[in-house]
Amino acid sequence: MYEKKTLDSIKRKRAEWEKKCYGVAVNQHPARKKKFENLSAVKIKNLYDPENIAHLDYERDMGFPGAYPFLRGVYPTMHRGRLWTMRQFSGFGSAEETNERYKYLLDHGETGLSVAFDYPTLYGYDTDQPLARGEFGKCGVAISSLKDMEILFSDIPIDKVTTSMTINGPAAVVWAFYVANAENRGIRKEVIGGTIQNDILKEYIAQKSWIFPPEPSMRLIVDTFEYGYKHVPRWNTISISGYHIREAGSTAIQELAFTLGDGLEYVRWAEKRGLCIDDFAPRLSFFFNAHNDFFEEIAKYRAARRIWAKEMKKLGAKKDRSLLMRFHTQTAGCSLTAQQPEINIVRVTMQALAAVLGGTQSLHTNSMDEALALPSEKAVRIALRTQQIIAEESGVTDTIDPLGGSYYVEWLTDKMEEETYRYFDRVEKLGGVIPAIEKGFFQREIAEASYKYQKEIDEKRRIVVGVNEYALDEPIDIPLLKIDEKGEERQIARLKALRKDRNNQNVERHLKALRKAAQGDDNLMPYILDCVHSYATLGETCQVLRDIFGEYEEPAIY
Amino acid sequence: MTRKIRVLVAKPGLDGHDRGAKIVARALRDAGMEVIYTGLHQTAEMVVDTAMQEDVDVVGLSLLSGAHMTLFIDVAKLLKKKGMEDVLLIGGGIIPEDDVPTLKKAGIAGVFGPGTPCEHIVEFIQKNVKQ
Repeated sequence: MYEKKTLDSIKRKRAEWEKKCYGVAVNQHPARKKKFENLSAVKIKNLYDPENIAHLDYERDMGFPGAYPFLRGVYPTMHRGRLWTMRQFSGFGSAEETNERYKYLLDHGETGLSVAFDYPTLYGYDTDQPLARGEFGKCGVAISSLKDMEILFSDIPIDKVTTSMTINGPAAVVWAFYVANAENRGIRKEVIGGTIQNDILKEYIAQKSWIFPPEPSMRLIVDTFEYGYKHVPRWNTISISGYHIREAGSTAIQELAFTLGDGLEYVRWAEKRGLCIDDFAPRLSFFFNAHNDFFEEIAKYRAARRIWAKEMKKLGAKKDRSLLMRFHTQTAGCSLTAQQPEINIVRVTMQALAAVLGGTQSLHTNSMDEALALPSEKAVRIALRTQQIIAEESGVTDTIDPLGGSYYVEWLTDKMEEETYRYFDRVEKLGGVIPAIEKGFFQREIAEASYKYQKEIDEKRRIVVGVNEYALDEPIDIPLLKIDEKGEERQIARLKALRKDRNNQNVERHLKALRKAAQGDDNLMPYILDCVHSYATLGETCQVLRDIFGEYEEPAIY
Repeated sequence: MTRKIRVLVAKPGLDGHDRGAKIVARALRDAGMEVIYTGLHQTAEMVVDTAMQEDVDVVGLSLLSGAHMTLFIDVAKLLKKKGMEDVLLIGGGIIPEDDVPTLKKAGIAGVFGPGTPCEHIVEFIQKNVKQ
């Protein structure tokens, strides 16, 4: 980036400054800590200068927004043209209650929807199945059939607003509920937009809500890729997620490396099926965490864009659209404190700001009460207002990638890229992503990192305001959302009525066709759509697939 | 010499959040206890069966899904039914203050929320375990 002469002069002056100026001052004002490290244990220097980025070639390594290698942003106009989508992840209790919450959020300026499902739904069970006991609506909404999906989106213009759905094991079935609901409302499949998470690899690694073993899971995912680009072209058929890897305790570098590694694995499986990379790659999307270390997070998003573009090129992508690492961000749930919950608003603001400066396409800001319960209406409104303040008042959206060229940020971006490739090599040596999962590699790396982080807090080497420092000895007093206990009974009654009123012969016929197809190689999406249109439930449809595919069992490592 | 305290760390229900359970399991092991971790997706019956087979002194339940009022209490009831009242039952996770009295009444002796230092859990077990 610099001429040799200039650089030599800077180097000389830096050495002089270290000795005479900094060296003298540091004797009078010693460093506050023995070592300065970010959350990935990268050592941070006292000052970054041109020497740290001298190896970068602006056109090759940075370039311009909307152009390869997309370091500075995936689109030419970024937030000057269109703000990120403000998309609050939400769902609780019944479809009716969650529908009310969605309308409330849209009324207050939210620009996209994001569905949180309850645990039975995440595992492909209906509310009335034995393993679902006590879980109805607790950490998301229960969706057991097309009927529930109809209620969830009633009076919501799904031809205009896009919806993201955090669903993985049974993603194909839940997506089919959404598509079928649109069709029944007279909205063409080509028109609806949204995202299904559909990222099973990170389920095995971190979030742990899987159903099937890796091979059939990957088949279902590639089925959705293929069906998506052919029939639902505005849908992101996967959201390759680092969020949960981070929440499970990984470092930022691990989050980055494991997520991109997973992404490349999906591409390989789709290519193996014979899909053309430029057909499906434009619909791949990503999801990252926004944790506490401000610059580390920004560097992470920037590095992710550059690595993805490079690797997709290597895999044969020709279209620019195939190279774009478009991503959603959620602020770090695991950074929230139950103690002094109001101060979480400040944490969330900083984290959200990092996501925006990192060029996010959509954003969820956590509510201050989420270390205690699902958010109350007021708490979620403040979280949404936080995004609106960043967007409308802070001025950070006025120029693209305002931190581009910062010695520190560019150096750190580069460093994270380097460490990511180191992880890619380690995973390759283990035989690839799935063998590494089976050997517990990722799980062990995450368990180590999370234990280290907790120990640092317990030993006060890392300060958490309000927890191990600046604590208050007073009860936590904040109104919390309560889930209506009667909701479970009502849901079970609805399921009973549904099974009685529908054409059960029709249901049986479609489930049988699905069973047969699952034993062969056909794309399963059309069969699943037939099942859900006939009002086969989530549990019934997934049971057919469970019978054929079996269930995943994890090695328990701590 | 007294034998080491034996602890079963268990994840009841469908909840997949295992970060806390794993950290606590490791902290208890580092504090000199013998720790058995059940892995995910345990029913109350599975937890109590394992507790019995492994002859543990302590059962630690972890739940972040909000289903603790059902599942913690299921485990407490079943322990009583099997005559295992001597086993110290504790729990942790995302648990609102308001739920704590009911849980304690049901037999969950200690409830640990977010931000609890591992040391507190170690001390609580050492103080309250019946061996």
